[in-house]
This record gives sequence, structure tokens and C-alpha cells, in this order.
Amino acid sequence: MSAIKVITETCTGCGLCVKACPYEAITVVDKIAEIDLHKCTLCGSCVDVCPFDSIEINVERKAVEGMEEYRGVWIFAEQRDGEIQSVAYELLGAGQRLARARNTELSAVLIGYQVEGLAAALFQRGADNVYLADDPALADYNDEPYARILAGLVRRYKPEIVLCGATAMGRALIPRAATELGTGLTADCTGLEIDKETGHLLQTRPAFGGNIMATILCEHHRPQMATVRHKVMAEAAVDPGRTGGTLIRVEPTPDDLMSRTRVLEVIKEEEETANITEADIIVSGGRGLKTPENFALLTDLARELGGAVGASRAAVDAGWINYAHQVGQTGKTVKPKVYITAGISGAIQHLVGMSSSDTIIAINKDPQAPIFKAADYGLVGDLFEIIPLLIERLKKG
Amino acid sequence: MNIVVCIKQVPDTAEVRIDPETNTLIREGVASILNPFDTYALEEALQIREKLGGTVTAVTMGPPQAEAILREAVSMGVDRTLLISDRAFAGADTLATSYTLAKAIEKIGQVDLILCGKQAIDGDTAQVGPGIAVHLGIPQIIFVRKIREISEEKLVAERMIESGAEVVESSLPALVSVVKDINTPRLPSLRGRMAAKNAEIPVWTAADLAVEEARLGLKGSPTWVHKIFSPPAKTGGKVFTGEAADIVDAFMKEVRENQLFS
Ligand SMILES: Cc1cc2nc3c(=O)[nH]c(=O)nc-3n(C[C@H](O)[C@H](O)[C@H](O)COP(=O)(O)OP(=O)(O)OC[C@H]3O[C@@H](n4cnc5c(N)ncnc54)[C@H](O)[C@@H]3O)c2cc1C
Ligand SMILES: Nc1ncnc2c1ncn2[C@@H]1O[C@H](COP(=O)(O)O)[C@@H](O)[C@H]1O
Repeated sequence: MSAIKVITETCTGCGLCVKACPYEAITVVDKIAEIDLHKCTLCGSCVDVCPFDSIEINVERKAVEGMEEYRGVWIFAEQRDGEIQSVAYELLGAGQRLARARNTELSAVLIGYQVEGLAAALFQRGADNVYLADDPALADYNDEPYARILAGLVRRYKPEIVLCGATAMGRALIPRAATELGTGLTADCTGLEIDKETGHLLQTRPAFGGNIMATILCEHHRPQMATVRHKVMAEAAVDPGRTGGTLIRVEPTPDDLMSRTRVLEVIKEEEETANITEADIIVSGGRGLKTPENFALLTDLARELGGAVGASRAAVDAGWINYAHQVGQTGKTVKPKVYITAGISGAIQHLVGMSSSDTIIAINKDPQAPIFKAADYGLVGDLFEIIPLLIERLKKG
Repeated sequence: MNIVVCIKQVPDTAEVRIDPETNTLIREGVASILNPFDTYALEEALQIREKLGGTVTAVTMGPPQAEAILREAVSMGVDRTLLISDRAFAGADTLATSYTLAKAIEKIGQVDLILCGKQAIDGDTAQVGPGIAVHLGIPQIIFVRKIREISEEKLVAERMIESGAEVVESSLPALVSVVKDINTPRLPSLRGRMAAKNAEIPVWTAADLAVEEARLGLKGSPTWVHKIFSPPAKTGGKVFTGEAADIVDAFMKEVRENQLFS
């Protein structure tokens, strides 16, 4: 029997499923939906839109044994050069919420060399426990030992949820650990909630270039693992009342520390402008700026406001500004207090990178531009007239 | 040097849009393409072969029509292709996908280097590469922007991180995923295009691989899609129109009243 089936008795051939299928796998033949199983990926879009419940996806799945032993929410506390990366505090923020909903403890995993002192900051931001692996061989991030240690800890202490930043480190580490554990991993979640009825983690993320959102479940395996991009979730606040917690030291074995890769050197590349992921105000330019020289106009405005300069992919692809400034699905996710766009149309791939900014201001001469739907303030006009005037007015104070 | 490049056919997400009335995906005219990041992996493999000799095999797991991208790989100059296709693979998440690909690579045998794209643009997960590496028990270097040195025994590569790059050395065999800064993919030659048209594309099904049935497709996938929905539509805020000076006046009033920039 195949995993997906049309119930021919109730199907009316309305064709809603045909439209909903992202893979063109459904056609209506003689007023009944027919699914091409070669094309179908079992994504379930058709099941959701069918008004007659005429499509069923049926897969036999068994919960792995001992699933109920898994308790607690874990976050991976990324540190580089002895400094906790702020994405870890964001994970603690999300983790606190989930731990509360599950009525369980929140723990952080800290790996490195001479990093014990960093545990205090994790306790202060809500961690009940910190698992610490501290060894000279762990001074630099290294895929194999880090993943092995994390997977080993999970096997031993059995958390139900493990969260990690979708950073260069996290994206190398966590799929290795999840694969070793044979469990599910959901990338780049923008929403994490506990299903009130079942207690499972509902992991929501953009798919198809941000055009649709998908909620992913990992129902029969533990732990449920997810990555979250930097600047998507709010940081856990410091609670000065929390002075400590339980520190659990783990001694890595020589086998744990074995690695076939080695970091020879770290190349630091300072960006010429403020790092846009940390800026409070960002002024972003797109194709509407027309030439690289015109970016100077944005730089002026950014300077006036004490902000950083961002860009759409169109501007980056044209070579007007380098990739480090790109905001969006394939660029950075930002969450400043104020995000200003000039000459950006507001394609979904751009919006997913900036729509959680506190206030969005758009300048565009096309009143129909989609950016205006996302903007709190829309300035409909020519940016080459508006921006110089704005700078002038701001200078006057 | 025997190199396997993992490539994937994806819908061109730039073309995918939501129908605002029915809230469903409009996929009319949306083409299926070779995942853009994978063209850089193909190019890098060909350059390494030109230096060290050996073979390049392009592998994809997908439905029968995914053979189109394997033909594209032939037109660029790969030596062999392989389509891994079976209904049993449908609904695979990254764990089941990487397991299946790893089993196929094991069967190819004697592979020194596996190249992947940074991520596939349909799911953007970047999880399949590391998954393959773990299933095969080999090291990885992901997000590579430059391969500095490569020999039969080891490679040295620059991998992108937030603050710049790490220079990483790895023994071989290894898995490497590449970002688009690494090279400029070649355009297919006329001879390549002819070869692509005539190429025989071998197909392996589940029965050809030493796989455990329970680890394939939807059944072997711990994660699955519970619900798909459109992002909530925004309606927009205050709009200012008219002469530039009037727009700026009205806007500056809002700035002052709401202390936007302070
Ligand atoms: C897989 C994938 C990933 C992507 N990732 C990203 C990403 O990370 N980030 C990203 O930004 N894009 C991304 N894109 C591209 C995205 O789809 C758009 O193509 C891009 O954002 C468009 O950039 P733009 O708004 O600058 O250009 P356009 O869409 O060309 O818009 C230019 C705008 O400028 C306006 N304009 C022109 N002249 C003036 C003037 N004088 N005054 C005022 N307004 C003016 C026009 O009205 C127009 O609205 C991605 C696409 C794909 C397929
Ligand atoms: N079905 C597949 N067949 C072959 N290669 C794949 C497949 N899925 C993913 N890959 C490879 O893994 C990379 C990362 O994909 P993803 O983890 O889906 O973002 C892609 O760029 C491909 O190189």
C-alpha cells in the first residue's frame, strides 16, 4: 500500500489539491484526483487544503523505545575565543519558554578550554544546569570531537529538546550530532512552541524561499532538535537573583577527542562598516539606487542616524556593495529598532531577513511595491529627492 | 582522485509565489532547476580532476525527471552519473536522504572526496552534507570558499565563518560543501551538450542498495511536515505621498512624535 491515498468515494475532483501541490504531482482524471507517486514527496499540502478530507497520508511509525525517559530542554552555548555568542542567550530565551511549558529544567552545554567561568552568565540567564566539557584539545571549534561529545551527553542524560544557533559552528556541529543520534533536526526555525495536547515541539520555519511556512514535527524520536538563526528570538534577560546552578563536568575520553581535521589558522576579516546584525538602525539599498556611487547617499543617511548600511541581493549581485551587507534569506537576518529601505521592492526573500525589525520605513517610487505592505511608514516617492531632504532635516535636528 | 558530487533538482524558488486569494502556491511556469549551489560543487570537482586526474560522478536522489540535472552535469563534463530513484525514497527528510546517498556512495566505492552545495534552495537546511559524512564515518569541511591544496592524502580549505574564515586541514576521504565564492561554473560546451543528449543515465533503486527499508523515505524520517501555511499577510502602515518636501515634512513629524530615531 502506498503512503498516500485518495479516497475516491468522497473526492469531488474540485482540484484544490492540484493547485496546492508544490510538485505538480496531482491531476484530476474523471473527476477524481490522481497522485503521481513518482513526483509526490508526501509533503501534505494537499491533505491540508482538501475540503472533503479525501486524501490520506498513512505511514506506520513507531515511537522509539524509552521515549518517555527524555526530559529537559538543552541549548548549545556557542563560545568563540572564550566569549559566549549572543545567539546562545537567544536560545536560552526560547528555551526558558519551552521548559516552562514542559514543566522541566533548562540546561546549557558548554564546550571549550578554560571556559568554566562562562557558566555564570548562562545560569544568570535562566540555565538550571550547565554541562561542561573543558579540555585543551577543545580550544578551537572542531567538528568531530564537539559533535561526539554533544551526542554522548545526549545519550547519557536524555534531553527531550536540543536547540542550537544556525551559525557557521552550529550548522557544522548539529547535523553531525543529530545524524549520530539518528534523530530529527529542523533548520532555521522562526517559531518554536509546545503542542498543548501532545507535548511535542512544533517547529515552524520558512520554506520555498519564504513563500510558505511549514510546521515540522518530530513525534516519534528524541531528542527533538532544531536550529535557530541569530536575531530571530529575543535574548533571555539577566536575572541578578540567579547566582548559580548545577555545574556538571564531563571528562572527554581520548576517543572523544580524536579528529581528522585541524584548524591551521583563523582569518579575521573586519567589515568596513558596523556589523549589521548588531546595529540598532539599518539603512538598506536595492536596485533602485542604480549605481554603486549612489550608495554614498545611504552611507550619509546611516552616518546621520548612527546606523549601518544593508542591501538587497540585487544590489549585492550587481557588485555595488559586498555580500557581508546582504539582508535576507541568503544573507543575514536582522532585527534592528529601525530598518529603512530605499529602492527595494520587498521580495519575500528580502522580507524574511528583516520583517521582525521593530519599525520598518520604506522609500520607493512605486506605490504598488510589496515593501509597503511590510512597512510601518511608507514614503512613496523618488529616493534621490527624499533622502537628501531627510539628511538635511536630520542635520537641523 | 575519485570524486562524487551530490546534486539536487529543486523548484526555482524565485518564481514561486502565493496566490493572495486562495492562499496557495502558484507554481504555474515554475521551472525545476539544478540547485544553484551544486553547480559550484560540480565546477570544483572538474577543476580538481583537471589537476589530479581521476573521475567525477554526479549523483542525485530524486524522481525520474531529476535525470535532467544529471544531463546538465554531463554537459559540464562529468564522467559518470547516477540517479537514485525509487518510490520508497519519497518523503525523505535530511536524515533519510543522507543515509540513502551514503549507501549509494558506499556502493560506488573507492571515493576520495564528496562535494556538496552549501544548501539546497528548496529547504535551505545545509544538513544533508554533514549527514552523509557521519553515515560514511568521514570528516567534513563545510561552507568552503577556497580549496588551497589538495593531494591524494589530504586537503586544506578555507571555510567561511561569521568573522572571516578558518583554514582547515583534513585527511581524505572527506566531505566538502561549497559556497558560491569558490569559483565560476563553466558553461556547457557544444560537445558537452551533445554528450548530454546521448548519455545513458544509470538508475539504482532501493533493491540495488544495501539499505534497511525502515530507514528510507517518509518511514525513515524522524521529522515530517505537520502543516503548511502562508505567512500572515501584512496590510502596511502609514503612507505618505505627494511632493518630496511634503512627504519628508509629514514623516519628520512622525519621527518626532514617536521618537523613532532616539
Ligand atoms: C533562493 C533565493 C534567495 C534570495 N535571497 C535573497 C536575500 O537574501 N536578500 C534579498 O534581498 N534578496 C534575495 N533574493 C532576491 C529577491 O527575490 C529579489 O530579487 C531582490 O530582493 C530584489 O532586490 P531589489 O528590491 O533591490 O530590486 P528590485 O526588485 O528590482 O526593486 C527595485 C525597487 O526600487 C524602486 N525604485 C527604483 N528607482 C527608484 C527611485 N529613484 N526612488 C525610489 N524607488 C525606486 C522600484 O520601484 C523597485 O520597487 C533571493 C532570491 C532567491 C531565488
Ligand atoms: N536528494 C539529493 N540528492 C543529491 N544530493 C542532495 C540531495 N539533497 C541534498 N543534496 C546535497 O546536499 C546539499 C545540501 O542540501 P540540503 O541539506 O537539503 O540543504 C545540496 O547542495 C546537495 O549537494
